[in-house]
Amino acid sequence: MATTYFTEDHEWIRVEGGVATVGITDYAQEQLGDLVFVELPEVGRKVAKGDVAVVVESVKAASDVYAPADGEIVEANTALSSNPALVNSAPAGEGWLWKMKLSDDSQLSGLMDEAGYKAMIG
Amino acid sequence: MTDNRAEFAGRHIGPGPADTRAMLAALGLPSVETLISQTVPKSIRLDRPLHLPGPATEAEALAELSEKMGRNHVLKSFIGQGYHGCRVPPVIQRNLFENPAWYTAYTPYQAEISQGRLELLFNFQTLVAELTGLPVASASLLDEATAVAEAVGIAFRHHREKRSRVVLAGELHPQIVDVVKTRAEPLGIEVNGGEIDADTAAVIVPWPDTFGVFRDHSAVIAKAKAADALVIAVADPLALTLLEAPGKRGADIAVGAMQRFGVPMGYGGPHAAYLAVSDRLTRLIPGRLIGQSIDTKGRPGYRLALQTREQHIRRDKATSNICTAQALLANMAAAFAIWHGPQGLQILARRVHALAARFSAGLAAAGFAIAGKEIFDTVTVTVEGRARRIAAEAELTGRLIRVIDEDRVGISFDQTSVEEDLLALSGLFGATPPSEAELMLPERRRGENFMTQPVFHEIRSETEMMRYLRRLADKDLALDRTMIPLGSCTMKLNAAAEMMPVSWPEVANMHPFAPAEHAEGYRAMTDELEGWLAEITGFDAVSLQPNAGSQGEYAGLLAIRRYHQSRGEAHRNICLIPSSAHGTNPASAHMAGMDVVVVRCTDEGDIDTADLKAKVEQHSQNLAALMITYPSTHGVFEEGVKDICALVHEHGGQVYLDGANLNALVGLARLGDIGGDVCHMNLHKTFCIPHGGGGPGVGPIGVKSHLAAFLPGHVEAGTEHAVSAAPYGSASILPITWMYIRMMGGTGLKQATELAILSANYIAERLKAHYPVLFKGRNGRVAHECILDTRVLKENAGIGVEDVAKRLIDYGFHAPTMSWPVAGTLMVEPTESEPKREIDRFCEAMISIAKEADRVTKGEWPAGDNPLVNAPHTAAETLAADWTHPYTRLEAAYPGGDPDSSAKYWPPVSRIDNVAGDRNLVCSCPPVSEYLGAAE
Repeated sequence: MATTYFTEDHEWIRVEGGVATVGITDYAQEQLGDLVFVELPEVGRKVAKGDVAVVVESVKAASDVYAPADGEIVEANTALSSNPALVNSAPAGEGWLWKMKLSDDSQLSGLMDEAGYKAMIG
Repeated sequence: MTDNRAEFAGRHIGPGPADTRAMLAALGLPSVETLISQTVPKSIRLDRPLHLPGPATEAEALAELSEKMGRNHVLKSFIGQGYHGCRVPPVIQRNLFENPAWYTAYTPYQAEISQGRLELLFNFQTLVAELTGLPVASASLLDEATAVAEAVGIAFRHHREKRSRVVLAGELHPQIVDVVKTRAEPLGIEVNGGEIDADTAAVIVPWPDTFGVFRDHSAVIAKAKAADALVIAVADPLALTLLEAPGKRGADIAVGAMQRFGVPMGYGGPHAAYLAVSDRLTRLIPGRLIGQSIDTKGRPGYRLALQTREQHIRRDKATSNICTAQALLANMAAAFAIWHGPQGLQILARRVHALAARFSAGLAAAGFAIAGKEIFDTVTVTVEGRARRIAAEAELTGRLIRVIDEDRVGISFDQTSVEEDLLALSGLFGATPPSEAELMLPERRRGENFMTQPVFHEIRSETEMMRYLRRLADKDLALDRTMIPLGSCTMKLNAAAEMMPVSWPEVANMHPFAPAEHAEGYRAMTDELEGWLAEITGFDAVSLQPNAGSQGEYAGLLAIRRYHQSRGEAHRNICLIPSSAHGTNPASAHMAGMDVVVVRCTDEGDIDTADLKAKVEQHSQNLAALMITYPSTHGVFEEGVKDICALVHEHGGQVYLDGANLNALVGLARLGDIGGDVCHMNLHKTFCIPHGGGGPGVGPIGVKSHLAAFLPGHVEAGTEHAVSAAPYGSASILPITWMYIRMMGGTGLKQATELAILSANYIAERLKAHYPVLFKGRNGRVAHECILDTRVLKENAGIGVEDVAKRLIDYGFHAPTMSWPVAGTLMVEPTESEPKREIDRFCEAMISIAKEADRVTKGEWPAGDNPLVNAPHTAAETLAADWTHPYTRLEAAYPGGDPDSSAKYWPPVSRIDNVAGDRNLVCSCPPVSEYLGAAE
């Protein structure tokens, strides 16, 4: 059973079997506008909580997307290289950004659930 | 009072006395002084006239400057060292360089009205990509030395700032080494000649080196590849017309100076540097990049691409602090390449090389030791203690050569060198050149199959070139056609009399490293100019070296950094910057090795003094500087600025005042008196240097006496810490500012400031019923610019700020600054130069647009099909047989209702698709072979 968390930086994290899939929320993609480029992480890269893992770019903004916890990148969504618009059309689905193996999933415990996130963005 | 415009000030300032009275009446004010007293806080007002010479007429000022510059002794230069004589084709000199349609244009943010210069810059990028063999070339950088420093920055960021060494694989010109080391030090990057290791971010390969020699770097390049270090080639573009491209030899980045492509040496500048990179480094490119996209009808159109890399979006995380290119000079270089074509360039290059090879052979036969076997244009000769004597003898023949040290001289041939030069220079060594010599070029050369794009082949006659440049210029809106009300950009008049000296031979043809005693005219002009700028801003010393505003910021922060270091307080590294600051500020602070702490602003746009106080106290021990713009980026004179400066000083910090808005201050208040320790002034804004369609800029800094020792130096003067390649930066355009100040005098300058403020307040008054005016001062006044909130249109009619900006094009206007400093708003700066009639035309256009939006609100026009969202309208669409829109063709094209409007401008493209352009980046024209390949 997967658990989904949300951050104040408008990321979602879906955790299943110690592996987290990370993306940005529908609200975030709408604020950014049409994405033109996603700078993907290298598979195998070790990241610490708060490190910049991905940069998403629209024509008006470039935003860092942070690692929500310590871990190792195990997959990057390479479909975004040729089609960054997937993040706009399906932010919670095909537009996911990367998957990472978590070192310590208790680091996610302080994050919001969907209801909490919805309350935050109003 | 009659409209007496005998004096220059009366011509420079747009509104006459009657217009001034009318504008004051609209504001309900009795006098200009009343307005100023309501606008500029009393506590900062300058209570005396500026101590400047009285105003001179155009003829007097030209005569005076001519006498001064006549003291320059311009000999034929064979110094080289990054600067070469060249011939500016007269067709380019007259139709581009000296043409206001080209030099008065702004940076091409509004793509639809900038297609001409964008196209030529795109050609520049194509030229560079062809010469370097690297796919992505930028629209130019400030000079060769800063371009090498920017390349180092790319390598540093490519390695995520984790590798801290840069290896010099050969000897670069000394001025480049100094600039690179100055830039590298605050970032903790070491630049030296050691071995390549795992900590090496990049290897710099000179092509050729400062002695003119091509060395075999294949082993170094292989080592760099093995260590995953980037290879930066610093290559001469004229030599590259004959040699294999650096990209094919393993370079990841190539940089160099494009000056010898038809841009005068100008005692150091301005000219364009080039930079090209491999695909994977595209998003790390600093500065401007032109991309091709499509418009709403699928027609190709150009635009600035990947702007999110830049400081105005990324702030201290930007690729660089650089905000500008050298557009005018890059365009001259592109035009030069178009004019000569690839074969013409190769003929030039071969001729230059033949002179150098024959010279070298003659000297070798006479028994002299010559540096290297493979050269292009430069011969370095060992002369055992006689270097100065030979140089002195060369001077007697009217020629300058380079003294490298007591034992070596360098002689560089260029496009202007002739047989007589070869004979005379050989004669100095008692040598006779052979009538022919073996080529001394490196083995690996290119054939003739380059620059195959049609543009480099189609234009050969002067008639075609003249028309090509005219057609491009006609696509653009520059100051020669309309007001450019860009807030924060100060698009004022660039008067003809100010521009004329730039082309004078004694200004244009001087090598920056000519002996000081030959440049007495330049020195007299720069000394005077430094004094005047110090008086105007209230500082003790001025450096004219920074060749852009961003360079000024960087030089100023570097002075602060070195000041703290000199007092044993090197730990002071916190730079406080308000959230309202232009993105360049944090980007510059980052480059100067400082950590940025953001200070909040109030809803009124002022600095939140409580937050500032808290942060100053919190960081008291490590406070390096506060960096603020005055008047603020919101166009307001903040009341408490003196107290803010005093507070920072109490805590051991220095105050950097950004002079972006100096046009609101000259003659009324001085940044030095307010409490600034350093400020930069944008001569390309307040002091009439034209914007050139996106550069050149000039950003001198003024400092208080305690910082004077930390101003940029230069290797040629035996000092260090230069921020630009040449001692006086873009020296040849400084006479523009000299002329402006000399002709205006103190009174004229003050009057200009007053009228700039009056015009901005007049616009705010006329438009406030239609658009809320954000951020006013205590008495409801704005400074020299005003922010119009177009978000009301978005709420009511779904009309965005971009729709308003693009609709202004149909009215014949360049849009104001869009979405800065507040998203969804327009910032308008009329400057003192705009006549009231043009200001009224602009106000009427803005009011008419509000009314058009109203018709959308009322449902007369659908939200998805109205003249605003469809703007701008091209002639082709407006005249097409099919017209399906719910508004008339006349409403589309002549929205003012007057089809006789002489201000009508037809955009060559409809709205450019930004998303398509960034998703599919095309930044050079592919070679013809690719088309052929595709057709097969």
